[in-house]
Amino acid sequence: MFIKQLSVFLENNPGTLRAMTELLGKDGIDLLALSIADTQSFGIVRTIIHSGQVDRALNLLKENGYIAKVNHVICAAVPDKPLGLSSLLAVIEKSCLSVEYMYSFLRAAKPGTAHMILRLDDGKKAEEIFEQNGVVMLSQEDVDGM
Amino acid sequence: MSEKKHLIYRPERECMSRDELHAWQSEKLRETVQREYDNVPMYRARMDEKGVKPADIRTVEDIKYLPFMQKTDLRDYYPFDLLACPQSEIVRIQGSSGTTGKPIVSGYTRNDVDVWSEMMARTLTAAGCTKDDKVQVAYGLGLFTGGFGAYQGADRIGAMVVPMSSGNTQRQIMMMKDLGVTLLCCTPSYATYLGETIREMGLVPGKDLKLKAGCFGAEPWTEAMRVHLEELLGIDACDIYGLTEIAGPGVAFSCLEKNGMHINEDQVIAEIIDPATGEPLPYGESGELVFTTITKTGMPMLRYRTHDICSLTDKPCECGRTFARMSRITGRTDDMLIIRGVNVFPSQIETVLVKTQGVAPHYMLIVDRVNNSDTLEVQVEMTEEMFSDTVGHIENVRRYITEQIKSVVGIHAKVTLNAPKSMARSEGKAKRVIDNRKL
Repeated sequence: MFIKQLSVFLENNPGTLRAMTELLGKDGIDLLALSIADTQSFGIVRTIIHSGQVDRALNLLKENGYIAKVNHVICAAVPDKPLGLSSLLAVIEKSCLSVEYMYSFLRAAKPGTAHMILRLDDGKKAEEIFEQNGVVMLSQEDVDGM
Repeated sequence: MSEKKHLIYRPERECMSRDELHAWQSEKLRETVQREYDNVPMYRARMDEKGVKPADIRTVEDIKYLPFMQKTDLRDYYPFDLLACPQSEIVRIQGSSGTTGKPIVSGYTRNDVDVWSEMMARTLTAAGCTKDDKVQVAYGLGLFTGGFGAYQGADRIGAMVVPMSSGNTQRQIMMMKDLGVTLLCCTPSYATYLGETIREMGLVPGKDLKLKAGCFGAEPWTEAMRVHLEELLGIDACDIYGLTEIAGPGVAFSCLEKNGMHINEDQVIAEIIDPATGEPLPYGESGELVFTTITKTGMPMLRYRTHDICSLTDKPCECGRTFARMSRITGRTDDMLIIRGVNVFPSQIETVLVKTQGVAPHYMLIVDRVNNSDTLEVQVEMTEEMFSDTVGHIENVRRYITEQIKSVVGIHAKVTLNAPKSMARSEGKAKRVIDNRKL
């Protein structure tokens, strides 16, 4: 089960993140999760928004000269308590998958759970392994209901 | 006469009267034009097109009737179509970066290597070199003419050659100290770096080192840099000028008067032209430097446009040489950059970027000098094709561009990725280069 993620390229300069999030915010686009990958010269902003807003956000960004892309990531639910994440990571480790990046939702669909957004080197295989190991994954509908 | 002791390698040539020189140049020019016309179809066609026959060229003054040659000719007739002799007569190939990724190469006959060696022997002698000297060659030894040129010149004089090639600063200094090197040949920026490292190591020039002079060239430098270098290393810093197409370093050199560079006029004829019209300009006026080789047999160059801007003077020099002097190069008529002694054309970088899939040819070159070493930053605008949600993917693209630039241009560039449309779009010719070096 995959959910949509929006990635945006930003130069590593003061004000670029504010300008980009303001552009989306003014159009009523709600950021449900956000992470920034930074390097010395550039950053990649990754964000999850309601799927009904994805096309609008993408067009808005492109019209304003940003480079943005939509891709698919897995969102796994883990218990919101100490060691809650490690059981998920153990599954990943055992199956020889590797995590390219991971971040979490700002809010939870259900109390007591935390939602981890993951990009793994082999998404298809990860989905199968998570299913076999009983890892709860959020669907796009779950996210849209947040 | 000045109080300085001026050594001259071949006074009968270097101090010949201007009249004798004129007669010599005219005779050698006639021979070269005939040779070129008979052996190089491209140049023959160019002369025919202009309606010029070898018989029309009688004296040096007639040179203005000859068609020009350009760097692009060396690319278009790469590698051997400009040879005026059979390939079997060629004993050496040297090269430098061209305009589009392929190097340009020049073929030397035994005679040409001799001519070049003598020009470098004169250069080193003018800096005070004799057979008792020890010459450290810290120019790269390879296709680049710097290393072999300095080696051959010092060898011709009978000096002790220390062929270090470029880089490995600690080892350069160790050899300099242990062997008692007296003369250094390298780029002025590397000489400065060596000097500063020597000082940092606590070594004192004049006490721990025996250096007395240096012949520096292959990149533009200033009078202020010369003064700094002379103090830093306690030496006489002399200037060399040259280019692969004509021979290599030693085409012109400064004597200890350090007031312009004597052109080896018994081997080349120098002209200054108006770069826009191609019309010859008189001594003293600034314009584009044009060379005609008159003693080379492998790949003679007739009216080769250097794109370097300078002026000439035939006023007598205190050193006793009669050869005309050229001023420092004050600029270029094209967009060529010299970075760490390497010729770099923005079009080469553009070619790399265009070939890298998905990279828009919107780029900017930022050249600077940090710690006396030239730096090149290539800023590239990000495109959708290059973009990904993972850093690793984008870094791979960046690394690939860096490697391609290194392999095509020959130098390391720092590649940075910028936001789309972040670079100014100008009408007409875009400004692609920001050169922050204080030259």
